[in-house]
Amino acid sequence: MQWETVIGLEIHAQLATNSKIFSGASTRFGNEPNRQACPVDLGLPGVLPVLNEGAVAMAVRLGLGIGADIAGRSVFARKNYFYPDLPKGYQISQYEIPVVGTGQLEIALDDGTVKTIGVTRAHLEEDAGKSLHEDFHGMTGIDLNRAGTPLLEIVSEPDMRSPAEAVAYAKKIRTLVRYLGICDGNMQEGSLRVDANVSIRPAGSQEFGTRAEIKNVNSFRFLEKALNFEIERQREILEDGGTVQQETRLYDANADETRSMRTKEEANDYRYFPDPDLLPLEVDQAFIESVRVELPELPDEKRDRFISEYGLPVYDANVLTASRELADYYEATVAAAGGAPKVGANWVMSELGGVLNAQGLDISDSPVSAQALGGLIQRIQDQTISGKIAKQVFEAMVAGEGDADGVIEAKGLKQITDTGEIERMIDEVVDANPGQVEQYRAGKDKVLGWFVGQVMKASRGKANPEQVNQLLRQKLDA
Amino acid sequence: MISGRTGPTNDGSNPVMHDRTIAELARALADGEVSSVELTRGFLDRIEARNPDSNSFITITREQALAEAEVADAGRAAGRAGALTGVPIAHKDIFCTDGVRTSCGSRMLDNFEAPYDATVVRNMREAGLVMLGKTNMDEFAMGSSNETSYYGPVNNPWDPRRVPGGSSGGSAAAVAARLAPGATGTDTGGSIRQPAAMCGLTGLKPTYGRVSRFGMVAFASSLDQGGPLARTAEDCALMLGAMAGFDPNDSTSIDRPVDDYAGALDGVSLQGLKVGLPKEYFGEGMSEGVRGVVDGVAERLRELGAEPVEISLAHTDLSVPAYYVVAPAEASSNLSRFDGVRYGYRCEEAKNILDLYERSRGEGFGAEVKRRIMVGTYALSAGYFDAYYLKAQKIRQLISEDFRKAFEQVDVILGPTSPTTAFPIGERSDDPVAMYMSDVYTIAVNLAGLPALSMPAGFADGLPVGVQLIGNHFDEGRLLGVAHQYQQATDHHRQVPAGVND
Repeated sequence: MQWETVIGLEIHAQLATNSKIFSGASTRFGNEPNRQACPVDLGLPGVLPVLNEGAVAMAVRLGLGIGADIAGRSVFARKNYFYPDLPKGYQISQYEIPVVGTGQLEIALDDGTVKTIGVTRAHLEEDAGKSLHEDFHGMTGIDLNRAGTPLLEIVSEPDMRSPAEAVAYAKKIRTLVRYLGICDGNMQEGSLRVDANVSIRPAGSQEFGTRAEIKNVNSFRFLEKALNFEIERQREILEDGGTVQQETRLYDANADETRSMRTKEEANDYRYFPDPDLLPLEVDQAFIESVRVELPELPDEKRDRFISEYGLPVYDANVLTASRELADYYEATVAAAGGAPKVGANWVMSELGGVLNAQGLDISDSPVSAQALGGLIQRIQDQTISGKIAKQVFEAMVAGEGDADGVIEAKGLKQITDTGEIERMIDEVVDANPGQVEQYRAGKDKVLGWFVGQVMKASRGKANPEQVNQLLRQKLDA
Repeated sequence: MISGRTGPTNDGSNPVMHDRTIAELARALADGEVSSVELTRGFLDRIEARNPDSNSFITITREQALAEAEVADAGRAAGRAGALTGVPIAHKDIFCTDGVRTSCGSRMLDNFEAPYDATVVRNMREAGLVMLGKTNMDEFAMGSSNETSYYGPVNNPWDPRRVPGGSSGGSAAAVAARLAPGATGTDTGGSIRQPAAMCGLTGLKPTYGRVSRFGMVAFASSLDQGGPLARTAEDCALMLGAMAGFDPNDSTSIDRPVDDYAGALDGVSLQGLKVGLPKEYFGEGMSEGVRGVVDGVAERLRELGAEPVEISLAHTDLSVPAYYVVAPAEASSNLSRFDGVRYGYRCEEAKNILDLYERSRGEGFGAEVKRRIMVGTYALSAGYFDAYYLKAQKIRQLISEDFRKAFEQVDVILGPTSPTTAFPIGERSDDPVAMYMSDVYTIAVNLAGLPALSMPAGFADGLPVGVQLIGNHFDEGRLLGVAHQYQQATDHHRQVPAGVND
C-alpha cells in the first residue's frame, strides 16, 4: 500500500528578552545553577508574576511576520502538574486564547516549488527549570536559572507531507525568528526546540491516522532522522495489521530511534484555568503598529527584492537571504564594490562560503569584511586583476595579509594591460613555436587556446586574458 | 461578660496606654506623652504575660520591635514623623516578613523565612509603624474559627471557651485583648469581618486591588484582600491609609490614588444616606440575638438621618456554593508549590520523588487544607470543569450584577456580618458545612470584589455582634465615614472584655 505522511510541528522559541517573562531576573545562558532565580522564579510563597512587555512585543513581531491575527485580548492560564523543576506546581501558559492566531509561512522545496504551511497559533508561556541527574550521587539537582524564561510556542497545522518538508518548515521558522531578532535559534542550547506530531494514512485518505508526538530532537538532522524512523515504525505496525498508539515518544540520537515516554492514558490532566494573578493581556492597535514600524524586512520580501533589484537567480536569492547577517553582508559587499551584484553573489556564496564552511565560522565571524571583499571585486571590475588572480589575492586576504590593493601591490599582481608589453610576450611565444603556428594557419583553431595559455604563463597570469586573445588573433591572422 | 468601657475616665484622666486606640496613641506619641520604645515595650510585656490566655501570637519579635521603635523615636526627634510613626501593630502570619518566620498557620511553613517583606509590611514599616509580632490564623487562612491552625486554637477574649472567628482569629483576639491596638488581616470570604464581629472590633475588607497581595501567601488569588482590624473606624482608616496603594509587583493591584480616609471621616454625613437592607440577609439562619442587634442598627441609623431601603440581592443563596468551588479551585493550584523540594516541610527519608511529594504534603498540611485541595482539584478536573468552575464563574457574574443594580438605588448596604455570635471551640470542627455557613453573609462581597466593613453593634447573650456595611467599588471612605459617624453616636466599640484591664 502507498502511505502518506502527515506532520505538524510545535516549535518552542526562547525569546531573546533580557529578563524573564514574569520576573526581573536575567535570562542569560550558562550561569552557575540557581544564580539567576529570584523569589518569583523559585515559587516562594506570596510572590506574584508581572508580565514582561518585551516578550509580548516579540510575540506580536512573530505574529506580524507570519501574517497572523493578533488577539486584542488573550488569557494566561495555569497548567497544573507536579515536577521538581516546575517550582510553582504549574506552568503559566496561554491555553484557550493565545496572543497570536492563524498565520502562514511559505517554504521552498528542493524541486523549486513553493508550499504554504499553516500556523495554527503561537502562545506565550514560561520555561521550566532543569533537572540535573549527574554528580548528585543518585539524587537529582534542580537548576532554576531557566525557570521563567519566556517561550513562544508556535504550533503548525498538520500540513507537511514528508520529513524534508518538516525540516524546511523548521528551518524557515528559525530563519524568521532570527530575522525578527526574537530568538537566537540555537538548537544545541535549547533556544529553539522542535516537537513533531507524525502519523501516516493510506494515500488518498482524508482522515488522519493516529499520531505520535516526538520530543527531544535538537538538530534539523535529528528531526529528519527521527521522523524517518517513526514513519517506518508506524508503517510496519500498520502493515502487520496492528494499530498505532497515541503517545509521546522520545528520540534517542545515539540509537537513532524513538522510544515510548507515555501513552495517552498516562497523560496528565493539567486542570487548566485562567491565572487569577494575571489580568487578561490586552494588545491594542497602537501597540501592534508600534511593533510593525520596527519590523525588519522579512526573508521572503528580501529574497524578492534581491531578485528584482540585483537581478539574481532565485537560487542565489534564497541562499543569500537564509540569514539576515548573510544578506546584510552581501548587500554591503555590493555597495563597496560599486555594483556587479552577480559577481558579488558568486564570491559570497562560493569563495567566502567555502572558507567559512571549512573553518566552521559564521558570517558574522568572517575573516574578510564586506568592505574588503567589495574592494577586491572592484579590482576585478576595473581590470586591475583577473578573476583568477583575484582568488590568489582573496586567499592572502583570508590569511590576514591586508586588503586587496595592499596584496596586489605587495605581490606585484597588477594585471598587464599595456599593449606593447603584451605584444612583446606574444612575439616571443610565437617565434619560439613555429610548428604550432603552422597548425593554426592550417585551420586548427584550438591551437589559439594553447597560445593564450603560453602567453598567460609567460606573464605569470597577470596579462589581461581578453587583450591576449585579441592581440594573438591579430598576430596569427596577419 | 461585659466588664466595662473605655474612653476618657470620669475624673478626666486618660486611659492606660494599652487601652487606647491607634488615633489616641498617635496623639500621645506626637505630644511626647510616651515614646515609641516605652509604648512598644509595654505591649511586648503584655503579650509575653498574656499571650498564653488567648494564643493570639505565633511569633513575638521583641528585639526587632524595640529596634524599630528606636528608629521611630529618633525619626520623631529629628522632625521626621508621620501620623503613625512609632505606633505598634501586629501582622497576621500570612504576610511575609524579611528574616522573620512566616508560617501561615501551617506545619508546612513552620521553618519558612521569606527573604522579602510583603508590600503591606513594607508600606506600614515605611509609615513608621512598629511590628510586635505575627498573629495566629487558620492554616493557610482556610477556616472560620482559627481552629485549623497548626499552632492551636485561639481563645476569644470575650469568652475563652469560644472561638474568635477566622481566619484572622489571632489578629482579632490580640486587638480585643489589648495586646496590640491594631492588626492586619486578610479576607477571602469573611476572614477579617467575621472575627471582627465575634471579637467586638471594626474590620475592613477593601476593594479587590486596593491593597497589594505581593508577599501575602495566596489562598484564593481572585478573592484575597488584606485589610485592617482595629477597635474603631477611625483606626481602620488610619491603618488602611498606610497599607493601601498601587503596587507594580501585583498585576491585580489598581493604579489609583489612595484617599485620605482618616481626613474624610468627619465629612461623611448620615443625612439622607440611602442604606439598603437586602431581604435575603434577613431570612432563616440568622440567630434571634443577631437579628435584634441588626434591626437596632438600622433603626439607629434612621434616627441619625439615614433612609433605610429594602433591596434584593437575588443570588445570595448561590454565593456559598460558588465560593466553595472558586476558592478551593484556586487554592488547589496555589498550594501546589508546597512540595517539599525547595523550602518548607520535607518528610524524612523520601524513597523517591512521588514519596517525597505525597508524604511532605500529607504530613505538612492539616485536614481542612487537604479537604479544600481535594475539592478544588476535583472542580478543575477534565469533565467537571464546566459543571463546577465555569458555572461558579457565571454565578459570580450574577452576584456582581445584583450588587451593581443595588448600588443604583442605595449608597451602602447593611446586614449581619455573621449569622451567630462566637461559637464554642470544637462545636463545628467536625461539620464543615456548618462551618462554611458562618460566612454566608460575607462571601458574596469577595466574589464581587467590593469593600465591606464589620463594626460592633451590640451584644447577644454577652457576646459581641457585628453588622456589615457593604460599599461600591473604592467606596471605603464612605464605609469608614458611616461607621465613624455611628461610633460617634454609640459606644458598642468601647466595650472591653472581662479581665483585659485587670
